[in-house]
Amino acid sequence: MLTDGTDNVRFKTFSRRAAILGGAQLLVFGGLASRMYYLQVLKSSEYQMLAEENRVNMRLLAPLRGEILDRFGTVLASNRQNFRVLLIPEQTPDIEETLTKLNRVVPLSETQWKRVLRDARRSPAFLPITVSENLSWAQFAQVNIHEPDLAGIEPDVGETRHYPHGQALAHVVGYVAAVSERDLDDEDPLLKLPGFRIGKSGLERRLDSELRGTAGASHVEVNAYGRVIRELSKDPGTPGSKVVLTLDMDLQKYATERLAGEAAAAVVMDIHTGDVLASVSTPAYDPNDFNVGLSQATWNGLIENPYKPLVNKTIAGQYPPGSTFKMVVAAAAVDSGLVNPNQKVQCTGKITLGNHDFHCWKRRGHGYVNMLDSIMHSCDIYFYEIAKKIGIDRIEEMAHKFGLGETYGYEVPGEKPGLVPSRGWKRATTGAPWQQGETLIAGIGQGYLLATPLQLAVMTSRLANGGKAVKPRLVRSVGEEGRFSSPAEPIGVSDRALALAREGMNRVSNHPRGTAFRARLDEPGMSLAGKTGTAQVRRITRAERESGVLSNEEIEWRRRDHALFVAYAPVEDPRYAVSVVVEHGSSGSRTAAPVARDIMRLVLERDPSNRLAQGSQGPATSQVQPLREG
Amino acid sequence: MVDAFLNASGREMSLKDKFFEFNWGFLLLVFAIASMGFAMLYSVADGNFDPWASRQAVRFGIGVCVLFVVAFVDIRVWMNLAYPAYGVALALLVGVEFLGFRGMGAQRWIDLGFIQLQPSELMKITLILALARYFHGLTLDQVSRLRFLVAPALMIGVPFYLTLRQPDLGTAMLIAIVGVVLLFMAGLAWRYFIVGGLAALGAIPVAWGMLHDYQKQRVLTFLDPESDPLGSGYHILQSKIALGSGGVFGKGFMEGTQSHLNFLPEKHTDFIFTMLAEELGLVGGLTLLGLYVMVLMFGLTVGLQTRNQFGRLLAIGITVNFFLYIFINTAMVMGLVPVVGVPLPLVSYGGTAMLTLMLGFGFLMSVYIHRNYEITRNPGAFW
Repeated sequence: MLTDGTDNVRFKTFSRRAAILGGAQLLVFGGLASRMYYLQVLKSSEYQMLAEENRVNMRLLAPLRGEILDRFGTVLASNRQNFRVLLIPEQTPDIEETLTKLNRVVPLSETQWKRVLRDARRSPAFLPITVSENLSWAQFAQVNIHEPDLAGIEPDVGETRHYPHGQALAHVVGYVAAVSERDLDDEDPLLKLPGFRIGKSGLERRLDSELRGTAGASHVEVNAYGRVIRELSKDPGTPGSKVVLTLDMDLQKYATERLAGEAAAAVVMDIHTGDVLASVSTPAYDPNDFNVGLSQATWNGLIENPYKPLVNKTIAGQYPPGSTFKMVVAAAAVDSGLVNPNQKVQCTGKITLGNHDFHCWKRRGHGYVNMLDSIMHSCDIYFYEIAKKIGIDRIEEMAHKFGLGETYGYEVPGEKPGLVPSRGWKRATTGAPWQQGETLIAGIGQGYLLATPLQLAVMTSRLANGGKAVKPRLVRSVGEEGRFSSPAEPIGVSDRALALAREGMNRVSNHPRGTAFRARLDEPGMSLAGKTGTAQVRRITRAERESGVLSNEEIEWRRRDHALFVAYAPVEDPRYAVSVVVEHGSSGSRTAAPVARDIMRLVLERDPSNRLAQGSQGPATSQVQPLREG
Repeated sequence: MVDAFLNASGREMSLKDKFFEFNWGFLLLVFAIASMGFAMLYSVADGNFDPWASRQAVRFGIGVCVLFVVAFVDIRVWMNLAYPAYGVALALLVGVEFLGFRGMGAQRWIDLGFIQLQPSELMKITLILALARYFHGLTLDQVSRLRFLVAPALMIGVPFYLTLRQPDLGTAMLIAIVGVVLLFMAGLAWRYFIVGGLAALGAIPVAWGMLHDYQKQRVLTFLDPESDPLGSGYHILQSKIALGSGGVFGKGFMEGTQSHLNFLPEKHTDFIFTMLAEELGLVGGLTLLGLYVMVLMFGLTVGLQTRNQFGRLLAIGITVNFFLYIFINTAMVMGLVPVVGVPLPLVSYGGTAMLTLMLGFGFLMSVYIHRNYEITRNPGAFW
């Protein structure tokens, strides 16, 4: 049977070599197995990490920005649905055609059109591109109706900040806008979210971190091309804190309307707590515009407007306080002991110091006036005299006690300190020594002196509350946390001095010969005590004085005097202080006082303890005749 | 002459005999491996039989039929057909030069209308047949004589050169290695392997110069995959991440994140082992490797039990071919060898590879069924 004897030999060789081959194969498999062990056991965690990095993408979710409310719960800043249209390039065969169709429903501007095409080229085709934002409900509904015809178009609802009161609160609440390069110092990853808005001014800026909340995150699984496959987990984040202000929105609105058309500011304060009930700076801008993005024309209009709508005049407008400063000088004089308030000074209309004449606003003079008379008449000569007597140092010290020349850590950013001049300040600034003439001018609130409307309100509050160092506060609570200021410390002014100053103010308003008698309040239980101020902006030359000082109506707007008025009420038991500054308003008594009076009336009407003011008497527009005051 | 073809028990086998001789356990093993493939293809399609798992199953079914037919045909028929089959395959391979069309940057296929034939695949099997037939006819002494080596050198060299030209480095290497292994098993003297090994080392620089740029790139990338993580190194890096992140027990069937999120390329073909290892972990990977080892050991055993040299060499050749597929594919996805397009046998999606493999297993089974046949060195025509 065996056909070939050599086959045995061949088989032996074959068997031997088959064993070698089999062994080699097993060895190779051993190698493969150990390689798998190495990758899947020893290196497993490392590769798992790499795999997670590959696949999981964190998408930030913007938290809802905290609302801002007034003291009664009126919404001052909220979030509104932002109806928008998105385009997903990969879902449309022809972007141009889709846009053409969309254009019939929602008109697109040239720039929008170009931007969409550019974005579509630049970003991955599955990422939605914002085509149009802030659509009206009607437009949005139209898009939804036509959606089946609009391949790749997706109606979407986002969130946008909304300021229902627009201009009335622009300077207090501020606005939000897109994140700029500078803001990126803030490490919050939210800032990198496209379309994210942060607070850029006002409370929106100061309380930005509280209002902003913390980012939520959606962990999504993405494939190798970055397309989202599914959501793995979602953390909605923490919405921003709700902020409640001390403001009274109705009052704020009224004051805004009352000052409309002027470059002006008004502050209403609770003299005991410092609560700011109203803080108005006109003209203003609409913060809602900033949210969307201003047009160049709007921006230029704001910048070039001589009434400076972008400046918050309540805290950044610095004005010579004029005659409203006279109470401070009076208090300094009383507490110095160098002046007897009952002693009379003769006002002839002018005094001479060296070879300089100092004039009273009343050319013919007031005759003999004591301290109360001089406040009532706002006699300048009396205050030149007592200022000369007590010196700048005492005036300076007293001004600081009343909160002038200082900032209070007010919640709205941009607070200016004003200026209370001193010998040291003048030497440091100009290098020249203090002149006695400068003391005289300071005595009537002119010269170097500068104060903001907020400072004037604080000054008046401290005067009316019995000399307590009250500070303004605008924020009542942030989230759950109430913000209370500690009880105000005494400022160190004698009751006698305060009482005198207050009585002077009472006469200004309530004495028939007071400069603001016509701007008095005489409804039952309501009365205010005030002080007019007219701050000279230009220098009146000797020639002009001799030929007759031009009236404000005769000169251009920006050279007219500033009109000021500060007041507290009720006279018997003061609770509120108000300050009004009308830039180039010519006359404190004529322009500022009636506004302050009307505001104060509303304040008193709204005061919960005021039972007398009932019925429907709304704050009437002033019928007061123009007064003339210096 | 006739009794020369009788088996040891002295009789020709009937179809019934063959049916009982058929190793059903082996078929089960093949089925088990293919099933793991179906499962992975089902997973690739996110839990759908379409488009891969179902078609693969159909092909496997056809493959099983082919296996049966080939297995029950007398081994001597195959021996007689060895040279003609090789001739046809070679002709086709030459034909690709003229008739082949370009696909995926390489000229590999012939379109026969109903099937796109890849002659190089056919060549791998027919080369084994032809070499087995050739060495069957030589005594052990003759094998190591130079003049008897000319024919096998040409048999291996010509298709090697032709596939290299296509260019298909992977298949060319497979053809060469299978050929060399058959020389080794036929009993070629050791000295040839020592000399050959040294010559191969010397030839490396020459061979490097002959490589296409993309092939060079692959080798370079293999040596340092991190150098180009998003380019040509991407595949191997992502493969290692997917495989490594699978851990011991894997992420679970159909839960493979890397593969399902398309970080893993070619996951239904060349990189299917990565996906399996990601989803089923070390346990799953070793299970599959274990099944493969069983197939290989079966092939080796068949060779050792066979009483004719043709059958022995055929069994070994097919086994080695099978082994090389497994090794190159798995070592590639594990980052041990450069990326070359070699499928994972029975598991990767692909028609030609599946049919070629089942054809090979058919031959192996034919060898097994007819293992007791003793065949003279020069049996002449069987029919």
